Amino acid sequence: MRITINGTAHDVDVDVRTTLLDLCREHLGLTGAKKGCDHGQCGACTMLVDGRRINACLTLAVMHDGDEVTTIEGLGTPDRLDPLQAAFVRHDGFQCGYCTPGQICSAKGMLDEVAMGWASHVSDDLDDVTLTDAEIRERMSGNICRCSAYPTIVDAIREVAGA
Amino acid sequence: MKPFDFARAENVEAALAAGAAGARYIAGGTNLIDLMKLQVETPDRLVDIGRIGLDTVEEHDGGVRIGALVPNSDLAAHSTVRSRYPMLARALLAGASAQLRNKASTGGNLLQRTRCYYFYEIAARCNKREPGSGCDAIQGFNRIHAVIGGSASCIATHPSDMAVALRALDATVVTARSGGEGRRIALDDLYCLPGDTPQIETILDPGELIVAIDLPAPPPGRQAYRKVRDRASYAFALVSIAAAIAVEDGTITSARLAFGGLAPMPWRDPAVEAALVGQPAGTAAFEAAADALLADARGHGHNDFKITLARRTLIATLRDLAG
Repeated sequence: MRITINGTAHDVDVDVRTTLLDLCREHLGLTGAKKGCDHGQCGACTMLVDGRRINACLTLAVMHDGDEVTTIEGLGTPDRLDPLQAAFVRHDGFQCGYCTPGQICSAKGMLDEVAMGWASHVSDDLDDVTLTDAEIRERMSGNICRCSAYPTIVDAIREVAGA
Repeated sequence: MKPFDFARAENVEAALAAGAAGARYIAGGTNLIDLMKLQVETPDRLVDIGRIGLDTVEEHDGGVRIGALVPNSDLAAHSTVRSRYPMLARALLAGASAQLRNKASTGGNLLQRTRCYYFYEIAARCNKREPGSGCDAIQGFNRIHAVIGGSASCIATHPSDMAVALRALDATVVTARSGGEGRRIALDDLYCLPGDTPQIETILDPGELIVAIDLPAPPPGRQAYRKVRDRASYAFALVSIAAAIAVEDGTITSARLAFGGLAPMPWRDPAVEAALVGQPAGTAAFEAAADALLADARGHGHNDFKITLARRTLIATLRDLAG
């Protein structure tokens, strides 16, 4: 199978049990995405597949033949940070940092969902979305931070959203 | 995870052929892969149906036809769903996390398995996972379990929010079968109560594939989906209610109500709706509806609170929509 990760095509031949997360971490050396719970509950493994945020631990690599995947390594580099990465640094949106790659990939996907006009559970109007702090918290509820850096994570995302 | 064979189907026919040969269908995989990691599910063969189409929402016969592979997030965001079936959009948005909704399919959501702790723990006894082994939930930690529709074999709840709204909306499941006609199955008829066979959850034949969900025109009145849970977000329902209520001149003229978190299936009881229609919109009718819903409700200790919670949530929902 062929999978494109961060713009680079990889021809891979892996055990069908290999998750997309394990393919990246164990076979391709992309250890940015983290394995937290490995059951889709913590969000540390969040990647963008064809532009949509998903839990990479709950999908098999073989289900992604031909897909384009973006991990935290593909968003920015230490010299050229993505605006979300820079904002997380500026606002100290982490403590230990383990959940941060997932938080940032998730925030990236979330801002695209807002741009498409997708409502959330806390939206008063399904047709008119304004990205309040309550909206950010609801939309990021699939990403757990055990250090509880939530206030500064919200600060970072709010700044990038221009909300 | 146990080893398995994997293939990808390019179209419905290929999927059905694989299904007829014993392969399990995998679409979003968010529930199945989770269960395979725990060896609760141990399929020998998987067929990936993620690219066989069936991923559009289309106007159909005064209502809509939802392809079985439409992701939950896309369904919630669809303009027709938002405008005509807001309880469905609300139910979807109340479920899971954004990452899961982006992957989970409509058909898979209907067929997801219970989140009963003992079903998930292979060291525990569970009649659903291992028929005849017993049920550790009935005498165990059963805070999240059923108060309606359970049996001496199983008190697991169906976890879906989406299915609760679909049941209130009179959805029909459209299937395809290898070597035979597909079926149209009212969602009212899809699920089975546990009885002494809790491992049988639906009337679908082995290899039968859900291809679409049909919704008729929406019911009259205002719609809501109200969900009560232990956390404000990303948690399963303790009690949830999908409701559409119409009131004219102070009298309830139409009522559609379905319930999540209470039963082994998304629950709907004609007696609840009968207690409302034709009655003045007010506390007496709301109380009568709650009495009808909970007449046979029975707690198992930790989940006794659900009976009171369901009553209060129903009355509050009715008051919001019709009061």
